[in-house]
Amino acid sequence: MSNSSIRDTFFEECEELLEALVEGLAAMEENASDMEVVNAVFRAVHSIKGGAGAFALDRLVNFAHTFETVMDKVRSKQLAVNEELMLLFHRSGDQLADLVEAARDEREPNAESEAAILKELSAYLGDVESEEEIAFDAAPLAFDAAPLALDIGEHDPPTGTELRRFDIRFCPTPALYANGHEPLLLFDALAELGPLSVTADLSRLPEFDRFDPEDAVINWRLTLLTSEDETVLHEVFEFVDALCDLEIAVSDEPVVAVDEPPLDSRASQGLPAPTDRAALAEPKAQEDTTPPPSAKTATASAPRDEPRGPRPTLRVDLDRVDRLINTVGELIINQAMISQRIEELELPAVAHLTNELEAYKLLARDIQEGVMAIRAQPVKPLFQRMSRIVREAAEVTGKKVKLVTVGDSTEVDKTVIERLADPLTHMVRNAVDHGLERPEKRAELGKDTTGAIRLSASHRSGSVFIEIADDGAGLNRARILEKAIEKGLVSPEAELSEQEVDNLLFLPGFSTAAEVSNLSGRGVGMDVVKNAVAALGGRVSITSSPGAGTTFTIVLPLTLAVMDGFVISIADQTMVIPIASIIETIRPNPRDLHCIGTDGEVISVRGAYVPIVDVARNLGLSSERADSSGVLLLVSTEGQGLTALRVGAIHDQRQVVIKSLESNYGAIAGVSAATILGDGKIALILDPDELVKLTPAAIFLPPASPPRPELRHA
Amino acid sequence: MLDVSEAPTEAQFEFITFSAGDQSFCLEITQIREIRRWTPVTKLPHTPDDVLGVMNLRGAVIPIFDLSARFGLGETIDNERNVVIVAAAGGTTIGLLVESVSEILSVAKSAIQETPDIKSEAARQAILGVISVGESMVRVVNLDAVLDNEGGTV
Repeated sequence: MSNSSIRDTFFEECEELLEALVEGLAAMEENASDMEVVNAVFRAVHSIKGGAGAFALDRLVNFAHTFETVMDKVRSKQLAVNEELMLLFHRSGDQLADLVEAARDEREPNAESEAAILKELSAYLGDVESEEEIAFDAAPLAFDAAPLALDIGEHDPPTGTELRRFDIRFCPTPALYANGHEPLLLFDALAELGPLSVTADLSRLPEFDRFDPEDAVINWRLTLLTSEDETVLHEVFEFVDALCDLEIAVSDEPVVAVDEPPLDSRASQGLPAPTDRAALAEPKAQEDTTPPPSAKTATASAPRDEPRGPRPTLRVDLDRVDRLINTVGELIINQAMISQRIEELELPAVAHLTNELEAYKLLARDIQEGVMAIRAQPVKPLFQRMSRIVREAAEVTGKKVKLVTVGDSTEVDKTVIERLADPLTHMVRNAVDHGLERPEKRAELGKDTTGAIRLSASHRSGSVFIEIADDGAGLNRARILEKAIEKGLVSPEAELSEQEVDNLLFLPGFSTAAEVSNLSGRGVGMDVVKNAVAALGGRVSITSSPGAGTTFTIVLPLTLAVMDGFVISIADQTMVIPIASIIETIRPNPRDLHCIGTDGEVISVRGAYVPIVDVARNLGLSSERADSSGVLLLVSTEGQGLTALRVGAIHDQRQVVIKSLESNYGAIAGVSAATILGDGKIALILDPDELVKLTPAAIFLPPASPPRPELRHA
Repeated sequence: MLDVSEAPTEAQFEFITFSAGDQSFCLEITQIREIRRWTPVTKLPHTPDDVLGVMNLRGAVIPIFDLSARFGLGETIDNERNVVIVAAAGGTTIGLLVESVSEILSVAKSAIQETPDIKSEAARQAILGVISVGESMVRVVNLDAVLDNEGGTV
């Protein structure tokens, strides 16, 4: 393993650790007295520090160390957690993430905020610690070679003269030796802390002829006199924690001795330090051999392992996955082609062949789903990033905000997660800045002064729903309308429904903030959000009720490569329309059809009149007025609400592979992409939202003029 | 792309010549991926006349242009010798419908003459140079110009 790949591994692990850190901090907010949570946070910071030391990332080590020291005070109950400290921890976590990122990209981190937070953190520490900190800087380098040495530097200068006696029982498992650990080195490390006496317990030593050289039969009892903290001792054993049975007892502090050791050792077993894995470069061996440390600890740590422990994962180059996805897409097309060919043959009595064919279809679909699942990732990291955005936004605006996340584990395509980060950031900022009222105002209204922003993700009927809800004042529709009229976005005479007013927010160049704040309202508005979501094949909608808050809902397709669609015919062409957008299909009864004006047509659907849009005409495929035959598809569109699309006929419902038109040609209005049908022909996938918008152009432009002038150059 | 000014003097270039709109054109052979028989394409809505539609090329969706219409020489008339030249440049693949493919032309760099100083800017853009073959003149198509102005008539 080259140095750079170890480095990469370190940063990948840092990301996981930071995630654990954010999660732990959130849990601390709920219950700061839960020592396991505090320990988990401590471990995360500590592991980052340990790894950073190995790469001589001094600033990171220094910051992590200060952070960790304050955490340690909380852990040893010398420091009570209050709201202020919690906020500092959050900010420290953010700063740590920044430092890690800066170290990864090898650029200079923001020294100003780092210094500010360091100062605040140091304020919680006595003078002694700050001295220690200075002494610490040089230490990790000196011990670079041995992974164990990473932590030793920390306790270099003994800070007090008071010696305590620790009784340590150390029972290694065979796995400890199998992983290449050497007890002697551990004892050496302990001996550096103070006078150490070691006794080997040979009672379990078997007869010579039954001796198994790979078994671990010798247990040790150690007595150490040192001024150091118990944590320091645990750190010595950090890398072997899961591989041995360890008991540390302090003779002169019985309270701590009873309380802490089991907690600590268990916490670290749940979370084997990643630096350990990197150092061993053989994580699998460790996982395989972990089970038998002792029945007791195994059962104790098992339930905790499930949600938190490192699940065996495989890191794969994204390109490989994408290639696989493409190939599977071809497979689906191929399967459709074969099906069609066989149908065309009209073989007599081929019942078993159709069965086989059906099985093939299911298999192809299974493979496709499996492959797509590889790309799927939980939205959790995305949501965690938002918690930081909320904090920062709250700080700038001086509002108190609490972020609640629901459905963290909902899985979404990786690309979606990546491309959703910016729009979501924008929306969350907006929710804090514009959505929530000021604390005084909230108190006046009898609301909790802390505003709540709820971020939730869920899977519903083949789509991913992401909601950003605030419990603020709701949209001020009068002001939105006023603003839109002022900016000339709507005519003053326009009569708009509430829904339509809400949707004005998505118009380009719309910003409601009366004064442009630092946070939002920089001209990039909700239209950018809308476009970003639309580019992912999704849509955004708003619901708002005055006084109770606003909810933005983003609906996204589960995957970006395949979708379910109706195969329809329009004029003489075969096209596909996404099923997700269709509410209902109607075979119209001539009685329900009514004309409005010369060109308009509506259908009455359960008492409501819904405008009919002729797809063929909107696409310019047929100029004459369609006869009233055909099928109507009821869709709900962003711009026009409920609309009925007139198509020739519906032929089939099937899964289609989405092929971009833009890669070789360009965007076409009303068409989102293309797909390849069973006969090898290309069918266009319609975009109902855009399709409906084409109406005015189709009506008002004379047929000779170019429908899309912006595409023409000469 | 073919670079007229810098190529070594004696280097041989191979071109595939074809006719479109009763004129003779050619493309450098390295830009051509394959030549296919004309098969009906899927029409695209709201596109200029020279964009015939899209075709399935082994799973990729590629646009097909009528080269004659694109050069303003009128639509290609249906003919059983019509073929689609699949060409690639700069990461995009397109198909060009032409009347017929004639031959492979191998010429030295020196045989390629600069485009005569004609008035039409568009035509100068679209033609890299000309090669004289016997009595006739073959125009070297600038594929980039065809690609750059996607969706518009050159």
